[in-house]
Order: sequence, then structure tokens, then C-alpha cells
Amino acid sequence: MKTIQELEEIRKNTLDRVNQRRDRNTTRIVVGMATCGIAAGARPVLLAIMDEVEKLNLKDVIVAQTGCIGVCRLEPIVEVIRPGEDKVTYIKMTPEKARRVVNEHVVGGKVVEEYVMHIVDGKIINDYTVEKD
Amino acid sequence: MYRSQVLICGGTGCTSSGSMDIKKALEDELKKRGIDKEVEVIRTGCFGLCALGPVVIIYPEGAFYSRVKVEDIPELVEEHLIKGRILKRLVYHESIEQDRVKSLDEVGFYKKQMRVALKNCGVIDPENIDEYLAFDGYKALEKVLTTMKPEEVISQIKKSGLRGRGGGGFPTGLKWELTAKPVADQKYVVCNADEGDPGAFMDRSILEGDPNCVLEAMEIAGYAIGATKGFIYIRAEYPIAVKRLSIAINQAKEYGLLGKNILGTGFEFDIEIRLGAGAFVCGEETALMNSIEGKRGMPRPKPPFPANSGLWGKPTLINNVETYANITKIILNGADWFANIGTEKSKGTKVFALGGKITNTGLVEIPMGTTLREIIYDIGGGIPNNKKFKAVQTGGPSGGCIPAELIDIPIDYDSLISIGSMMGSGGMIVLDEDNCMVDVARFYLDFIKDESCGKCTPCRVGTKRMLEILEKITRGQGTMDDLDKLETLAKEIKASSLCGLGQTAPNPVLSTLKYFRDEYIAHIVDKKCPAGVCKALLQYKIDDEKCRKCGLCARSCPVSAIEGKVKEKFTVNQDKCIKCGTCMTKCPFKAIDKK
Ligand SMILES: Cc1cc2nc3c(=O)[nH]c(=O)nc-3n(C[C@H](O)[C@H](O)[C@H](O)COP(=O)(O)O)c2cc1C
Repeated sequence: MKTIQELEEIRKNTLDRVNQRRDRNTTRIVVGMATCGIAAGARPVLLAIMDEVEKLNLKDVIVAQTGCIGVCRLEPIVEVIRPGEDKVTYIKMTPEKARRVVNEHVVGGKVVEEYVMHIVDGKIINDYTVEKD
Repeated sequence: MYRSQVLICGGTGCTSSGSMDIKKALEDELKKRGIDKEVEVIRTGCFGLCALGPVVIIYPEGAFYSRVKVEDIPELVEEHLIKGRILKRLVYHESIEQDRVKSLDEVGFYKKQMRVALKNCGVIDPENIDEYLAFDGYKALEKVLTTMKPEEVISQIKKSGLRGRGGGGFPTGLKWELTAKPVADQKYVVCNADEGDPGAFMDRSILEGDPNCVLEAMEIAGYAIGATKGFIYIRAEYPIAVKRLSIAINQAKEYGLLGKNILGTGFEFDIEIRLGAGAFVCGEETALMNSIEGKRGMPRPKPPFPANSGLWGKPTLINNVETYANITKIILNGADWFANIGTEKSKGTKVFALGGKITNTGLVEIPMGTTLREIIYDIGGGIPNNKKFKAVQTGGPSGGCIPAELIDIPIDYDSLISIGSMMGSGGMIVLDEDNCMVDVARFYLDFIKDESCGKCTPCRVGTKRMLEILEKITRGQGTMDDLDKLETLAKEIKASSLCGLGQTAPNPVLSTLKYFRDEYIAHIVDKKCPAGVCKALLQYKIDDEKCRKCGLCARSCPVSAIEGKVKEKFTVNQDKCIKCGTCMTKCPFKAIDKK
């Protein structure tokens, strides 16, 4: 026998899980998980993101993976897409960096500039190894 | 938290095409790859696109995979769940556009649909009451028990304009009011889940996909009319639905949502399942109640109506599964919301089981007033193999055929009756140029003749006589007088039968006579079956110009009816031919024709 309050509790707890099955307007955190990404350590990054999202009890966030984003040397790559905002691409991620992105960007709405991929004149300028040669 | 969720259809259609093996294979593969803690696998009710089963949907992308096989699972896991790439090879082609996965609402099949009764089907796990609760489950019951008087519930249902989905289209609110009125020590609420129309599976899908919504609605009905006991009458041929109903009843009892003192309000209600043996007549309400009482499933004259004297002589409310499936939504969203969907006299939506000669065989739910054209072409994907659309059969053995020229008719109770068919419970069978309308009428009468309970003479004897005449016509032995005889018999049977079964049984004959009389005449006068179905009127013939004299047909014929010599000439001996069609399928040059 459950009381009306207990039923409400069950509703709330189950909804978080079930609601992912509907198309919604939510923030998406996408991790590049092709062979290149996985080899560069994308899996621990993904797990850290999921862990952080769960710890912070974030509701409207989807963690998804995608294939090769195209700049394999910058993997692991994480993209954050907030509804109505431009996509932000973070490169060379680690679990620690990823947790910071979740906290500051996904929750706080502030892009973590130092991890972001910048493109100027068609060149990725924060890729120093390429700049040198 | 799960980052991805895989929904696998567990409706009867997909289960029989192996979806539970796929679920098992998927779970094994996820374990093997060590991602079983990140990806959740859920078995749901019917998604509707049964022709493409087994169906698997993966969220958050919403990728719709069709005809998935066990062998596909490793690749699907590797590509989609590990690398995050849509596996294009398996994705339903219509759901992808320029490499972007369209949301399911954008896909033709779903775009024009509106899911009210099927709201949770294909979304929740029907064997887990928590998931039902998460989508506002039992909130309508809570609202009714804590804030509404029984009269208020009834007036909401009346205001919504909901009409019975079991075929008759009787106003539901009025029926509740009539059953609430009599004073009695005991009243009953019955759910009619007999679903006997050939080709219909709407009610089964609702019970398989969302059993709790029917339980909740029956409780609300019980509160409204003053009953404490409910029965669900369901055919034993629906084992998955029966199992999920039993699970739902047990879980609801555990949570105190069924039984004594529900939600602490003092309201009491209990539901039992009664299995039927699958007789069409047992869907008729008085026969159904006899069957529940343990008597032979035969109808009795009305009045008295069940509202006054039903089960064991007590006032009884009987509604169809889909009717109940609308109740919780009306209570939560309001009567006005519901009354705004559909047409003036037919409110809300209707679920149809789309079958026959149609690309997207399956389950669809549309607002009342949607045209037949939209259902067949926009939702159903048209007629396969470039064949010509000929007619649609609605209402099963009680209904009739709608010819192609009436394709723009809006689907609602009154339009369908006005053209000699009826809504019925929602079977919709599409016919193309290869269907013979005389044969279609014969099929339904043959069904009726078997299913007539025998209690009244017009139905028992009359339908048999009609069937004999139809069989005579399909053998090419009919006369023009027979058509008049059919019409006279039909009128008599309709006017004098005891129950709805006999009263509607002639409809398929009458409607085909009305719209396809020339086909009857072709059988009688020209001794031809224009669609090439009625065997007795067919002759297989070899076209000498196309024939290359290879002799393959003669070697394939099981009764050696094709005579001739290689490189010379072959002919079909009509006396020996059994019209099996083997020669026609074997001929590589399409030189054999049936006429
Ligand atoms: C021969 C015959 C078969 C019927 N079969 C069904 C059936 O399978 N399911 C159903 O709900 N109603 C069936 N009905 C209609 C029921 O008698 C009854 O009208 C219906 O259950 C009332 O529910 P509703 O008002 O919600 O439609 C049948 C009627 C006849 C005459």
C-alpha cells in the first residue's frame, strides 16, 4: 500500500529515466567515440560526464556519443549543444576537464574557453603541434 | 543514469517475429562489451509499424530500426551504442533524411497520427507500474477520488462527447449515467476485450502496451456508477495481453491502487479477468455477460439493457477497451480538450488495425474526420506492387466495403453509416484490383455462418442460405434472380435477427452489391471473375506468341495437365487442370495467363 505522496515520489524518480525516450529540447553532451576517440581515452571521459550529470541530478541533459568528428588528433572531443545556442567543441578532454565543462558550461552556462577548439582562417589555432611544423 | 535506451517492441506482432530473441541477444552483447550499466533495454507495447517488425528504437537519437535480426545485434551495438553512429543499413529508410535522423513525429506514418488511446504504447514498459505512474498514471483516479463527485465524473465524460469504440458508437457518458441511476446492492463494471473481428488487434495492442490505463479507467467508472467489482472479458487467444493484465492487476494491488481503501479514500474496487474461448458472438454484450456467468455464450433480447439488468441481474456498465483507454486522458486534460479533437458528432481519435494490401501494415490512431485517402496514402504508404486501390473493408463482418471513388470520405461514425459501412471496432482491410468483391462478401458470410450461435432462425438459417447463393455465384452457376434473392434475404435477416450479429451480418453483401454490382454480374452473365480469384471461373492459358516451348511448365505441373513437346507447342488440358497456378509462377517468359 502506497500513499499519494509515495506514489508522487515514484512518479518523479521514474520520470527522469523514462523521459529520455521522448524527443525533447534539452542540452546534449556528445562524445566522439569512433576508434580514434576511444583510443585517445574517450570512454573514461564519457563515464565521467555521465557520473557528473547523475551526481548533479541534472534533468534535461542527454549524454550521447557520436562517430569520428574529423579531427582525430584532437581527440577526445566533447561537444556541448545547449538549446538555442551554437555548438561548442571541446578538444583533448580528460575526465577532470569534462567534469569542469559539465559544471561550468552545462550547469552554469559559461563556456570553458581554454578547452575550446578555436578556428581562425580555417586553421585550428590551439593545436600547437600543427602550428609548429 | 543510462546514457542510452533501447526500446524493443513486445507486441504480439513483433514478438512472433522474434523480438524477444533480439532482446536477449542485445542484453548478452551489452554485457560482453561491458556497457550494460550505461544502456537500458526496455520491452514496450506496439509501436504500430507491425509490417516492419521486429522494431527497435534507440534513444536519445530516436533512431528507428526495422526488421532487426539476431545476427544484426553485434554490428548494431558496435556502431550505434559504442561508436554512436546510426547504422544506416538497418534504419527505417523513411526516418532518415540527408543523413539526419528525423524525429518519429516527422515520419509519414506517424505525422498524421494523434496518440491518445495509444499514448503510452511503445513508450513504457507495460510490466512495470512505476513507468505507468511516471506518465501521470493513476493521477486521474486520484483526481476523481479526492476532488470529484460521481455526478461530476459523469458530466465530464458526457461533455467530452466520447462514444463507444466497440462498434455501436453509443455515447459513453450517457451509458454511465443510465447505469448510475438504478439503486442496487451490487453493480458491475465490465471491459469488453473479446475483439472478434477478423483482422482487428487494436484492443489487444492497448492491453499489451498499457494495461494499467484500462484498469484505472474501470476504477473511475466504478466510482462514477457506484460499483465495487469489475470484470475484464478477454479471449484466451491473447496470452501476452492476459499475462500483462495479470501483472498489472497484481502490481496495482500491491500499491493499494486496487482493492480496499484505495489511495486512503475508502473507495473499494476489485478487478478479475475472465477468459473467453474466442467466439465472435461473445463480443455481443448480453452473450458476453452470459459467458461470464458461466452459461453458454448466447445473446438475449434487449431490453432489459445491461444498465438495468446485466451480470447476475445487477446493473452493469459494459464498455470496450479503447473506450476505457480514453477516460484517464479526458479526466486529466479536460472534456473540452477532448471535444476539440475530431468532428462535430465524432469526438476524439480512433485506433485502426490497418491490414490487407497496404505497405505499412500496422496500428494507427487518427483524429476522427481524417479522410480515407490520408490513412491509405499518407499513413499507410499506399498499395504495394503498383496495384490499383479498389476498396476498404471496415467494421468487419458487421461492416461493409468503401469503394475507391469514396476515398475522400472523412472517417467518423455517421459518414461510414451513411455509405453502408460502419466504424466497427476498427479493423480496416485494404483491397486492391486482385481482390474479388464477391469472394470478399463470401468470406465474411462464411465467417458469420460459423459464428452464428444458432439461437434465432433468421441468423442461423438465413446466413447459410445467403452463403449458398454466394458460393453458387462464385462457381459461375448464379442467375440474376439470385441477386434479388440475396437482397430480400438480407432485409429479412436484418429486420428479424435477435442480436447485432444477425442484424448486421448481411452488410458486407449489401455494400458490395451496392458498389460492385457489375462484378456480381460478370460472374453470373459472363461467367468471369474479373479479379481472377474465383477458381471455378478461371482458365490457365498459354500465349503461343510469348511461349518459347521450353516445357518447364509441363514438368512443373503437379497433375500433368500441360501437354505438348519441347520446341513444338504446349497447351493446358482444362479437364485435368486443378488451377494451382504453379505453371504461371514457374514460366520465365510470363507466357501463361489466367482469365
Ligand atoms: C456480434 C457482435 C460482436 C461484438 N463484438 C465486440 C467486441 O469484440 N468488442 C467490443 O468492445 N464490442 C463488441 N460488440 C459490441 C458490444 O455489444 C457492446 O456494444 C460494446 O462492448 C459496448 O462498449 P462501448 O460502448 O464502449 O463500445 C459486439 C457486438 C456484436 C453484435
